[in-house]
Amino acid sequence: MHELLNTLSTLDLAPFALSFKLATITTIILFIIALPLAWQLSQSPSKIKPIIESLVSLPLVLPPSVLGFYLLVAFSSFDLAFTFRGLVIASCFYSLPFMVQPLQGGFESLNKNMIESSYIAGKSKWITLFRVALPNIKPALMTALIITFAHTVGEFGVVLMIGGSIPDETRVASIAIYDLMNNLEYGKAHIYSAIMLLISFVVLLSVYIFNHKQKYFKGVRA
Amino acid sequence: MISLKINKALCGAKGKMNLELDLEIKQGEFLAISGESGAGKSTLLRILAGLEKAGGGVVVNGQNWKNVPVQQRQIGFVFQDFGLFENMSVEQNLLFVSNDKVLADELLNITQLSELKRRKPNTLSGGQKQRVALARAFMNRPKILLLDEPLSALNHEMRLKLQKEIVKLHQRFDCTSLMVSHDASDIYRMASRVVVMELGKVIKDGTAKEVFTTDNSLLQGEVLEIQKDKIVILVGQQLVELERLDYEVLKVGDIVSLKTDI
Repeated sequence: MHELLNTLSTLDLAPFALSFKLATITTIILFIIALPLAWQLSQSPSKIKPIIESLVSLPLVLPPSVLGFYLLVAFSSFDLAFTFRGLVIASCFYSLPFMVQPLQGGFESLNKNMIESSYIAGKSKWITLFRVALPNIKPALMTALIITFAHTVGEFGVVLMIGGSIPDETRVASIAIYDLMNNLEYGKAHIYSAIMLLISFVVLLSVYIFNHKQKYFKGVRA
Repeated sequence: MISLKINKALCGAKGKMNLELDLEIKQGEFLAISGESGAGKSTLLRILAGLEKAGGGVVVNGQNWKNVPVQQRQIGFVFQDFGLFENMSVEQNLLFVSNDKVLADELLNITQLSELKRRKPNTLSGGQKQRVALARAFMNRPKILLLDEPLSALNHEMRLKLQKEIVKLHQRFDCTSLMVSHDASDIYRMASRVVVMELGKVIKDGTAKEVFTTDNSLLQGEVLEIQKDKIVILVGQQLVELERLDYEVLKVGDIVSLKTDI
């Protein structure tokens, strides 16, 4: 017990702080990029739509090492490898589908006549997005934001290849656990892992509770 | 004046068909469009609104509307499923179209929605939603009013009242109106002209009287029940009991013609 407390008090929380900083910045950037993209995809009957959808979804199926390799090649001429900025860019690629897909799904499930009523009222596509479409897909919006955040916190392969393990720069929580294991510091690895487990569970739980409530209250009022 | 020359391939209920129309609609006319479902009536409204593309052309007051976006057509549209903004209250639904509180209040009054103006659409009944959609359609002072079965969810009393109110507003805003309807009462009371569509084409065109009246001394009815000594027939909304004479050939559900003495 005494030993546990001792370990806890000397615990370096910097990797967690770095993970959350990375996830927050990535989520904000991705929201700004993905919102117009998802809106356009949901409204477009274009023939090139499947191509764009496939590109967006690639990170879901590609091994992280493939993405990491190409990004490293691309980064080599910009001085971005093994920097925090490089990590942010890599995370944006890696988490893109987790932001785009829920938003696009939400937009596509909206009543088409509601969107058209806004156009008939003389409102542009963008005003319709912010005043009509977005306020009516709150559960999808919540899912997109939180899953993107959580997925970025949980990233490992790409971060390892792009960032390495530089303390306070690229050494995020998942990397720290990997390092601890390699150094046979199982006590600390246990604690780090437990914290990650707990955070991940709470994040997912909050999404599901929120969405359940939204559905339930809509059902009662209707 | 609206001149519609439209052709478009459609997948209707009975397979593929071609929507082929050549219609001239005068300024101020109130045109009813009737016909079986899947005849292309709603599609016609959507093409005129700019929500769907079609071959041919739509010319309004001499201007070709091919490249006029839906936002600039100054149209009022009542969708069959209403298309209300779910995140806004009844009043906000109207004010979103145009921030004209005076007009909004007046329209809410006419449609008897003033008491409900702070409610969200998903707390309203079907008939109430339809009235919101109607009120909202007038908010941008439309030059063309497109109504897709605008009174179908209303009870008889409200229906009669709004038939009159819609015609009044149609005159006040100097609209040209197109209304899809199956209801002979709506059409007779509101429309100055009726076209009947079948499989994408106009098969009848005239006044309600010309199009719907066949033989004045004949009433159509549906056999509802056959009893030992009488049969019950539904004529319009009225039940008629007739003595049963020799009706061996009749069965429930048959449509019969009744000759009147008038």
